[in-house]
Amino acid sequence: MQYQNLFTRVQAVGPTHEGVDLPAGNVARDGQPLLVHLFGRLGNAQLGPIYLGPLGIISLITGTLSINIMGFYMLASVGWDPIEFIRQLPWLALEVPSPKYGLGIPPMNEGGWWLFASALLLVSVLTWWMRTYNRARQLGMGTHVAWAFAGAIWLFLVLGLFRPLLMGSWSEAVPYGIFPHLDWTAAFSLRYGNLFYNPFHALSIAFLYGATLLFAMHGATILAVTRYGGDREIDQITDRGTASERAALFWRWTMGWNATMESIHRWAWWFAVLCPLVGGIGILLTGTVVDNWYLWAVKHGVAPTYPAVLGTAVDPATLQGVKP
Amino acid sequence: MTVNTFRGLVALTLGATVLLAGCERPPVQSTQQGFRGTGMQQVVNPRTVAAQQAALPAVPADTPPAGPDGPKAKDVYQNVKVLGHLPVAEFNRHMNAITQWVSPEQGCNYCHTPNNFADDSVYTKVVARRMIEMTQHLNVDWKAHTGNTGVTCYTCHRGEPVPSNVWYQPLVPKGSKNTFIGNDFGQNKAMANVGLTSLPYDPSSSYLQGADEIRVNGLKALPAARGAGASIQQTEKTYALMMHMSQSLGVNCTFCHNSQSFATWVPKRVTAWHGIRMARDINTTYLEPLTSSFPANRLGPNGDVAKVNCASCHQGVNKPLGGLEMAKLYEGLSGAPKLAALPAPMVDTAGSVLYFGVGSFALAGDQAKGLEQLVSTMSQQPTATVMVSGYHSATGELASNQELAKQRAFAVRDALVAAGIPAARVKLDKPQQTEASLGGEDPAARRVEVKLQ
Repeated sequence: MQYQNLFTRVQAVGPTHEGVDLPAGNVARDGQPLLVHLFGRLGNAQLGPIYLGPLGIISLITGTLSINIMGFYMLASVGWDPIEFIRQLPWLALEVPSPKYGLGIPPMNEGGWWLFASALLLVSVLTWWMRTYNRARQLGMGTHVAWAFAGAIWLFLVLGLFRPLLMGSWSEAVPYGIFPHLDWTAAFSLRYGNLFYNPFHALSIAFLYGATLLFAMHGATILAVTRYGGDREIDQITDRGTASERAALFWRWTMGWNATMESIHRWAWWFAVLCPLVGGIGILLTGTVVDNWYLWAVKHGVAPTYPAVLGTAVDPATLQGVKP
Repeated sequence: MTVNTFRGLVALTLGATVLLAGCERPPVQSTQQGFRGTGMQQVVNPRTVAAQQAALPAVPADTPPAGPDGPKAKDVYQNVKVLGHLPVAEFNRHMNAITQWVSPEQGCNYCHTPNNFADDSVYTKVVARRMIEMTQHLNVDWKAHTGNTGVTCYTCHRGEPVPSNVWYQPLVPKGSKNTFIGNDFGQNKAMANVGLTSLPYDPSSSYLQGADEIRVNGLKALPAARGAGASIQQTEKTYALMMHMSQSLGVNCTFCHNSQSFATWVPKRVTAWHGIRMARDINTTYLEPLTSSFPANRLGPNGDVAKVNCASCHQGVNKPLGGLEMAKLYEGLSGAPKLAALPAPMVDTAGSVLYFGVGSFALAGDQAKGLEQLVSTMSQQPTATVMVSGYHSATGELASNQELAKQRAFAVRDALVAAGIPAARVKLDKPQQTEASLGGEDPAARRVEVKLQ
């Protein structure tokens, strides 16, 4: 049972760790570190100190402003009624401007708030990215986290900035809202002739499912060999021990081939990063260079031709004598 | 059982309950629609459908038609404007049926003034008359949608004076009128009429009353120009209409669409296409003009008249009332008012006029007798010839009508020859067309004129 738990069973409690010395020119870390038992159940029990720095402060301020604009906009859209706000929260949205405004600046209540919140969010996300890059560099780490985050930001930028710019209208962007952004997704597929036939969409799904599969396989493998010290992955990478050997043997016996303690992380990283990367390409091409993915797929032999079991018919609007 | 196992079981049970709380229990029925492997299926829960249909009232029993005999209603009653062509017994059968369909509890007096049924002072009578005209129109001119099933008052009313599935322009939700912040662009509210999506909540005003463009798909693989074609917002609005249709008919997209490519035309989509236009026709031609006839309490929050959408007739099933063909039992509603009997043939010394049924070139009934005097005249004057001219009425296609007029003339010639007149003495004129004095089927137009020369 000791190795089959959702939560950390044993928490080692010791003095809190301030972290390594910061290089010259960095502002100090904030906050007295403290231990939180509940946090320790999931991860490390120590909370703080946090390194904010100028980028962190800019990111937090702009992000908070942006989220607040969205929230208050939604609250206003139900007449400032807090009960309705909670009841209908999944439906509410900060909507994009109408197509008539193109790439211009619409009045505040006609999409101006969306543009404003988006600009703030853009600053927030980009400064947070720079922060992840800088912190990694300052700690002498690789910048893998920053580049993985950049994969997500790429998709975010394609949806909210690059594609609207190419289409010549902010109205093409995604509204901020729980159901509304899902309805946008469905409408997007319907408008552009079924995204199912967009090969980049297909690739993105393959990487999405692939990433979750790899993560599940890896997580399961490590947990399964924890009793042999498999949870100390870094030790196992540099000095292969019995946990690593057993994990490798398991996969070699079950599927004939195995990742290594190091390569499995590269596989997972690439699968995860490629998901938004190719997905973003697919979105960027939609409407800009392909207007109907189904017809595109037929043209290029991607979509098979099925017998017309539903029957065939002519567009009634083209028939004479039919009421319009 | 250890404490931990017990805890685990409790957690599992609770978790499963929370996860499955919104689900319907299996089995559901799924019917293949498209080609195998394409996943185009209709999925229905038979228990939900049964419960929904059980909640609808039972269809009132029909009485047998009263037959064509007896005086016409218009000759017996006063102020009978739309069903006067019916024989009195049939007219009363119609009135009783309409009462059962529309106001079973309120009775005749829902529309009529008790002591003077001819009186038009109750607004419901004015509305009902217009609705009868509408029903006739739907059964004749919208066969592309109503098919053989047709519609009666009951299709929408189901025993209620105000049908339960009508729509008004929605009251703009609280907050939407804010001018500085909170504009919801007519969407993003928890509204049942668009299936609790956050899609635009008033597609009916745009598409079932207005005639906004519904089609959003690109018809070519590549875009024509930057930003050409429908916007995502327009697509969402179309999507909202489709949600409404889907809910009203209890079907999913694959019922009318090839969901691989929604722009493809399949037969059921054509039926739906006509349905959208039929609803628009009902709303703009019949209901909107009645707005001033209704009292304020029958109007919507914005002062608009109750209007129809797909749910008004369909009420959750793809064939209203399961495709029950009620309309044909009520000739006054099925819009095939019994055609007036043919006029008696006109006979005078210089010739005859013989009348024909709709689309017919047979000398039916007593029509042939109209030739008797002519035959005897021609027997007495051996040199006399006749000119035969066939006519047709204004309805139908010109080409087939011309052929019909010709065949009518032939029929009269053949009758004359059969009566002993040599064919050489019968001349045929080219097919004639009359300007009908009545729109549509004028019995006086379907004739052959024979003139002595």
